[in-house]
Amino acid sequence: MSGVRLLVGTRKGAFVLTSDGKRSGWDVSGPHFGGWEMYHLKGSPADPNRLYASQSSGWFGQLIQRSNDGGKTWEPVGNKFTYEGPTGTHLWYDGTQHPWEFARVWHLEPSLTDPDTVYAGVEDAALFRTSDGGQTWHELPGLRGHASASSWQPGAGGMCLHTIVLDPRDAKRIFVAISAAGAFRSDDAGQTWRPINRGLRSEGIPDPHAEVGHCVHRIAIHRSRPEVLFMQKHWDVMRSDDGGNSWREVSGNLPTDFGFPIDVHAHEPETIYVVPIKSDSEHFPPDAKLRVYRSRTGGNEWEALTKGLPQSHCYVNVLRDAMSVDSLDPCGVYFGTTGGQVYASADAGDSWTPIVRDLPSVVSVEAQTLP
Amino acid sequence: MIRVVLPAHLRTLARVNGEVKLDVEGPATACAVLDALEASYPMLRGTIRDHVTGKRRPFVRFFACEQDVSHDPPDTLLPPPVATGAEPFMVVGAMAGG
Repeated sequence: MSGVRLLVGTRKGAFVLTSDGKRSGWDVSGPHFGGWEMYHLKGSPADPNRLYASQSSGWFGQLIQRSNDGGKTWEPVGNKFTYEGPTGTHLWYDGTQHPWEFARVWHLEPSLTDPDTVYAGVEDAALFRTSDGGQTWHELPGLRGHASASSWQPGAGGMCLHTIVLDPRDAKRIFVAISAAGAFRSDDAGQTWRPINRGLRSEGIPDPHAEVGHCVHRIAIHRSRPEVLFMQKHWDVMRSDDGGNSWREVSGNLPTDFGFPIDVHAHEPETIYVVPIKSDSEHFPPDAKLRVYRSRTGGNEWEALTKGLPQSHCYVNVLRDAMSVDSLDPCGVYFGTTGGQVYASADAGDSWTPIVRDLPSVVSVEAQTLP
Repeated sequence: MIRVVLPAHLRTLARVNGEVKLDVEGPATACAVLDALEASYPMLRGTIRDHVTGKRRPFVRFFACEQDVSHDPPDTLLPPPVATGAEPFMVVGAMAGG
């Protein structure tokens, strides 16, 4: 019978939540790596039992863990992330140039076809790749070598490459997003990159329409239609129908268009989900009501999904990597909060149930649909 | 033989209980101890000192005979009781963080 495995990264360890296809009862395993920050865990689409996890701490730095048995056991693999070539500099808060410094891995994106190949998005912003199951990591330096790189600035969370989207139809096309540089696309497997921020408008930068400098929070696609991109920007929910060449705003009737995650229904390419947050300084839901908003029209027209979610005194946030969908029917939707809850919907968002309520602050949630 | 005490998270990572005992070739310096430690437990590479520069991570400290030797040059000889195994070389996670 099919099932679902949720890989949950928190500020103090990782948890693996599993259920059968009904998604009504869940087994909770963890904490794995208790006490460590687990920014992201993700399984290989080519081998669901092959998992990768980013493990870090302020004391002991960055580790990468790999599991070959679906998260029952783990082994540390390579953790050497060294920038290729000249280190280079980027713009610092005080207006000076600051050398690139590796801090941590924010996001791991396994190849769609090869369990041993994984991309890693890191802070300070760069893209790394392994093709030996994580033993060695090599930078794809064309991104950091982009002509605009010296003008990139860190966002409040650091200058992180947090989003990696692999095009399922074109193995050479990769999308990434960097806070606060914006979105970039490669059409040659990561060798060269171009900014794809036309149509974005950000009040917080001197030229609101600048080519780079936008704080893109998250990008999502539907596998069947990779030329259509959805974006949650710092403010604004955006959509592109041409692979990122141009964007238009689809915030529509959202109560606020600030937020972090955005995701797409597994079977309906025009059905998308966001979690509106009050503002860039008030990182909690508007009116203290935790509401997922769903659009069935690819944006602009949104409905609040509230059944089973707290509708008073709620002041949690949902971070950019903390929402995911499964591919069962009906589509399951999951998200984790900074308050330690992981909510599940087995009916595409119509109703929600907390799987767990009291984990450490949740950083990431990835759903795996198991055969 | 040199005894090394690791902080709990690194003992878990290295899958060891209690102290680690190492044979260190040549003069007993912090650098030589860490070289031997990382050779025996490669998963610790990068967690105590930087992969490339060898620089101690900011929130890791080295204690020997109740002295903080973190700021000593890495090729400084450790105290004789550490070199003989009478006292351990301690790798400590600093009192910091949350």
